[in-house]
Amino acid sequence: MARNGVIGSSVPRKEDESLLRGTALFVDDVARSGTLHACIVRSPFAHAKVASIETAAAEGAPGVEAVLTARDLPPGLRPIPMRMFTSGPLNDYLQHPLARDVVRYSGEPVAVVVAESRYAAEDAADLVEVEYEPLPVVLRPDDAVAPGAPLVHERPGSNRAGGFTIEWGDVDRVFAEAALVVEERIECGRHAAVPLETRGLVAEVDRLTGVLTVFGAAKIPHVNRRILASLLELPEERVRLVELHVGGGFGARGEFYPEDFLVPFCALRLERPVAWTEDRSEHLRACNHSREQVHDAALALDADGRFLALRDRFLNNTGGYVRTHGLVVPGMTAALLPGPYRWPAYRCEVNQVVTNKTPAGTYRAPGRYEANFVRERLIDIAAHRLGVDPVELRLRNLIDRSEMPYATGTHTDGHPVVYDSGDYSRLVGLTLERFDRTRWLAWKEEAVAPRRRGIGIALFVEKSGIGRWDYARVEITSDGGARVFSGGASVGQGLETVLAQICAEGLGVEYERISVVHGDTAVVPDGMGAFGSRATTLGGSAVFRSAARLRERVLELASEHLEIAASDLIVRGDRVVARGAESRSVTLAELHELSRPARVLDRGGEPFLSEHDYFLSEDMTFPYGVHCAAVEVDTETGEVELSGYTVGYDIGRAINPVLVDGQIVGGVAQGVGGALYEELTYDEEGQLVAGSFMDYLLPTAGEAPPVDVLVTEDAPTPRNPLGAKGAGEGGAAAAGAAIANAVADALGAEPTRLPLTPERIVELARGAAG
Amino acid sequence: MTRREVEVEINGGIVRRTVEPRLLLSDFIRHEARLTGTHVGCEHGVCGACTVQLDGEPVRSCLLFAVQANGRRIRTVEALAGPGGELHPLQQAFHETHALQCGFCTPGFLMTLEPFVRDADPATLDEATIREALAGNLCRCTGYQNIVKAVQLAAERIHA
Amino acid sequence: MKPPPFEYDDPGTVEEALALLAEHGDDAKVLAGGQSLVPLLNFRLARPERLIDVNNVGELDYLRVGDGALRIGALVRHSALERSDEVAAAVPLLRETVRFVGHVQIRNRGTVGGSIAHADPAAELPVAMAALDARFHVRSSRGERVVGADELFVTHLTTSLEPDELLTEIEVPLPEPGTGWAFVEFARRHGDFALGGVAALLRLDDRGHCERAAIALLSAAPTPVRAREAEGFLLGRPLDEQTGREAAALAVADIRPSGDIHGSSEYRHGLIEALTRRALSAAADRAKEAA
Repeated sequence: MARNGVIGSSVPRKEDESLLRGTALFVDDVARSGTLHACIVRSPFAHAKVASIETAAAEGAPGVEAVLTARDLPPGLRPIPMRMFTSGPLNDYLQHPLARDVVRYSGEPVAVVVAESRYAAEDAADLVEVEYEPLPVVLRPDDAVAPGAPLVHERPGSNRAGGFTIEWGDVDRVFAEAALVVEERIECGRHAAVPLETRGLVAEVDRLTGVLTVFGAAKIPHVNRRILASLLELPEERVRLVELHVGGGFGARGEFYPEDFLVPFCALRLERPVAWTEDRSEHLRACNHSREQVHDAALALDADGRFLALRDRFLNNTGGYVRTHGLVVPGMTAALLPGPYRWPAYRCEVNQVVTNKTPAGTYRAPGRYEANFVRERLIDIAAHRLGVDPVELRLRNLIDRSEMPYATGTHTDGHPVVYDSGDYSRLVGLTLERFDRTRWLAWKEEAVAPRRRGIGIALFVEKSGIGRWDYARVEITSDGGARVFSGGASVGQGLETVLAQICAEGLGVEYERISVVHGDTAVVPDGMGAFGSRATTLGGSAVFRSAARLRERVLELASEHLEIAASDLIVRGDRVVARGAESRSVTLAELHELSRPARVLDRGGEPFLSEHDYFLSEDMTFPYGVHCAAVEVDTETGEVELSGYTVGYDIGRAINPVLVDGQIVGGVAQGVGGALYEELTYDEEGQLVAGSFMDYLLPTAGEAPPVDVLVTEDAPTPRNPLGAKGAGEGGAAAAGAAIANAVADALGAEPTRLPLTPERIVELARGAAG
Repeated sequence: MTRREVEVEINGGIVRRTVEPRLLLSDFIRHEARLTGTHVGCEHGVCGACTVQLDGEPVRSCLLFAVQANGRRIRTVEALAGPGGELHPLQQAFHETHALQCGFCTPGFLMTLEPFVRDADPATLDEATIREALAGNLCRCTGYQNIVKAVQLAAERIHA
Repeated sequence: MKPPPFEYDDPGTVEEALALLAEHGDDAKVLAGGQSLVPLLNFRLARPERLIDVNNVGELDYLRVGDGALRIGALVRHSALERSDEVAAAVPLLRETVRFVGHVQIRNRGTVGGSIAHADPAAELPVAMAALDARFHVRSSRGERVVGADELFVTHLTTSLEPDELLTEIEVPLPEPGTGWAFVEFARRHGDFALGGVAALLRLDDRGHCERAAIALLSAAPTPVRAREAEGFLLGRPLDEQTGREAAALAVADIRPSGDIHGSSEYRHGLIEALTRRALSAAADRAKEAA
C-alpha cells in the first residue's frame, strides 16, 4: 500500500521546534490574569479517622481566598468512577476527591487551600489543623489478605477488592504428574511512571460562553470531560478540556485524579481562574504507583523440557483505593502471562488487593513487566535445573507462525486474547545474531573476581491498540495544506509527526504541509486518546481512512475543474496533477477556494474539503519481542553494570523508525529503573520513604545502558489498514526479566525479587558462594 | 518578611522587581520575567530541568533565590538561538538525532551542555565523558542515547 | 515545595557577616552554595527565621598554596577546587574527591566551606579533609579558633560551630612528596550520596614499608571517622594484598554504619571494608610509583 513512501521514513519531528526554543506551552506556563493558586492539604497518616478539621487560621492567613474540605463539596457527589475493566464489587473501593471520615494512604487529599500565590497557599496549608485518630496500617498485599488483617475499607469487609481466575486444562493433575515442577514466590517492587513534568491544571470559566475550560488534560481528554461533567452535573458541552504540551505520560498522567475534580470545582465556586501545579513531593505520593505484585507461580515440564502447565496466584497491591483503571493492571498480567509459548494447561488467579499505600494504576507495559519477569524467571530456573540452554528451552515451546492467529485461552475484560500474527522463533534467531551471543559467552569467561559476568534473555508478547476505536477528520486548508483533527493525544511521543506521516500517505499531500490538532475537546468532537500503545494503531488508522476518503473528494473536485477523469489524477505535493500531463494541474489552495459554499451549494455539492471517519477494531494487535542483556556484577559492592543490551521487536510496520527506536530505548531505561534502581519504599507506619528524587532513583545517563535496537516488520497485523502494531511498551516490557536472568547467570543464584538493589545482589552472591 | 528590590540581567535585558527573599530564581524567571522555557521538575536540585547559566556557569535555578541573582547575569534557553533566530548547533543536533521526546527536560540539558560542547575537544570526546556531563539532568523519555549522539554531532560541527 | 518566609541579609565582608551572626545567630542559618540548605527549605524541613547569605563575601573566595599548606577560603566553589591545577599538584586527593560531589551544576554553586559546615557523614569533602588532617578556621565577633576534624564534626549534620561562628578557611597541610592517595566510594548512581567511601593516604619508606597512613571513612558513622587502629597496623609493614586485607578488617572492626532504604548497616559494613581494601591498594600503587 506504499503510496509516497512517507510511512516508514524517519522524517524529522514536527514537535521539536518550540520545545527546543523554550517557547512550547506546558500547563504551568499558562498565565491568566487574576489566577488563584491551589495547594492540597494531604494526610500525613497512612490510615486514620478524620476527627475534625479546623480551617479558620488558614482562612485568615494572608492572601487566602478559600479553604475547602469534604463538607464544602456537593452533598451528593459521587466518587471518581472507573473507566475500564470495571466490575461490581470494585465500586465499593473508589476514591472521593476529598477524604470524608477516613484517610487510607499518606498523601490522601483532605482539604484545598486557594490563595494569591502558591507560596501563600503553602503557608496557609500549614495552618489547617486536622485531628486524626490513627488506625492500624496494612501495607503488604499478603498481609492484607491474611485473616484478621486491618480493613482498609470497612463497609465491603474485605481487602480483596476484586479478581477472577482464568483456567483451562487439568492443571492439578498435570502438576502432580510432571517430570519437573519449578515453583517460586516472585515479587515485583512498587515503582512508578514519574514523568519529568509533574501534573498540573488551570481551570477557568469563560465569561462569554460560560464554558468551564480546563488546561492540562492529557492522555484521555474526552473521557475525562465526560467524567468531570458528570461529577459536576454539567452537560458535557459546558466543559472543555485542553491538552497543551505534555511532559511525559507513561500511563500515569492524564487519568482522572482527585485534583481533576477539585481544581475545576474551585474555579467554578470562586469564579476566578485556579491553577494547581503538583510539586515533586506530592507527585510521588499522589500520582498513581504501579507494579507491586506478589506471585506464587509454578511451571510444570516434561522430561524433554516441554511446557505442560503454568499456574499462578498473585496479589496486585492497588493501594488505598481502586482508581480509574479498575482491574486493568492485574487483568493484563493474567491475559499476557502465557507469553509466546504454548500451554496445555493454565491457571491464573487474580487478586486485586487494597492496602494503605498510594493507589496504583497503569505504567508502561502495565501488568506485563511483572508477568514477563515471573514467567521468564521460572523458565530460566527450569533451564538451570534441567541443564538445558535457556534459549533452547524457549525455542522448544514457542508458538509456531503456522498456528497464527492463535487464541491463547486468556482474555482481557471478557474479550479473548487472539494473537494476530508473528514468527517468534525467527525473531529470537535474528535478535541473538544481532546481540552476538557467541561473543558475549566468550566475554563472560574473562570476568575477574570480585566481578562476575552473565547474559540473560527474555521473550514477550505485547499488546497494543486497546480502546477499540478512534476518530479523525482531515481537511484541506486555505493555504493548500491539510490539517488533521485527531482523537488521539500527545504525551510527548511524537504523535503529530506520526499522524502527519500517515495523513501524507493516505492523502498524497506533502508531510511538511500537514498540521495536526488534538486534545482540545472543543475542536475535536470525540476520541479515545493515548494509552496502551494505541495512538498510532487506532488513531493512525482513523487518520488513514479519513485521509483516503478526502483524497477521493479532492480528486473529484479537481476532476470537475480540470475536466479530466478522477482516475487520471493524482495528488502530488501542493496540487492535483494529471498523470502523464503534469502541466495540467490545480493547486489545493485553489481547490479550497472552489469548495467554498458560494461555489458549490448551487450545484448541490458539499462545501469544503473535509472528511471524517472512525476506525473500530474488535481485536487488539500483538507485537512481540526479545530482550538480551549482558551484565557485569561487582559481588562486593552489589553494583550491576549493563555491558550490553539488545532489543528485537516486531511491530508489523514502523511508521517512523527513528521514533520507534526512541520509544524502545527510552522504555529500556525505564525498565532498567524498575530492575535495579527505583522502588517506592514505605516504612512500617506507611510513610513513603522514597519520597524525593534523592531516594527515588531515576536512571541517569550513567545508568541507562546503550541499547542496540532491531526493529523487524515480519508480521504486519491484518487488524488495521496500516499493518502497524504499537511500539510504545516493548522497551520496558521485558527489561526486568532479562536483567534478572543475566544476574542469575552471573551469580549462579536465582533472584526472585525486583529491584535488584546492591544489597540484594551482595546477598545473592554470598548465598551462591556459600 | 522584608521584600527586596532586585535587578537581574536576563538574556541581555534587565528585569527589575520587588520580591520576597524566598522567591526561588526558577519562579522569578518563569513567572516574573515570563520566560517559561526554563522548567521546574523537582525543586530540590536533582532533575536539572531548571538549569540556567549564572554568569556563564550552569546552575540549578530552583536552588537559588531571586535576590541572589541581584546584579548578576542569567541566560536561559530562550537566548540560545542565534540573532537571526537560527537554532544553536546544539539545538539543531538535538532535532536531527531525535534527542527529545516530550521535551520538558530539554532546556535544562541544553543549558548544561552548551558550555560543555563549546569547551570540548571532539578528538577526545568519548561516550563516557559525555554521559558524565549529562548525569546531572534527568530525562524520562529518551534513555539518553540520542542525547549522547546530539552532543557528539554538535561538538563536531562547532569545532569543525 | 516553596520555602517558608525568612528575613535575608547579604553582608559584603566577613566583619559584617560576623556582626549579623552575633546579633541573630540563634535564629539564623548561613547560606553559602545552598545546594543542601535550599532543598531543606523547599521541603520546609528547615524553617530558619533569617538567612545570612555569605555569597557576596568575596574575601572568602581564595585558594593559596604556601608555608606547607593549601588554604581554601570557605566560599571556594567545588568547581574551582576541581579545576585548580595548583590544588591537583599540591593535594591530588582533593581533585580526585571533589569529582564525586554531585554533578556539574552542583559543583558550580556548592562551596567547600558549606559542605564542611553541613557535616553530612555521606559527603565526600569532609572525609577527605579528615584524612588530610585539615584544620578548620572558625571566626566570630569574639575571635578566631582553629579546630581539627575530630573536634569540628559532632554528629550527623552537626558541628561544634557556635551560632555566632562562621567557618572561614580550611587549611590543608600538604602531604609530603611521595604520598600515595585514593578516594573511592560506591553510590547507587554516580553523583548520589555514597553508601560507603574511603579516603586513604599512604607513604612508603625506602624499604617499601609504610611510614605514614591515613584512612578516613564515609557513611561509616555519624561523622567522618579516621580508622586509627588500621593506620597504626599499617606502619612498618609492606603494602601487599594481605596487609591491605587485614587493615581493612581492622578499619571496620568497630564501625556501626546506620542503615537506610538503600542499604542496611550490615551491607554497608561489608561495603566499606571492601572499599577500604580498594583504596589502600590504589593508594599503595601510587605511593610505589612515587617511591
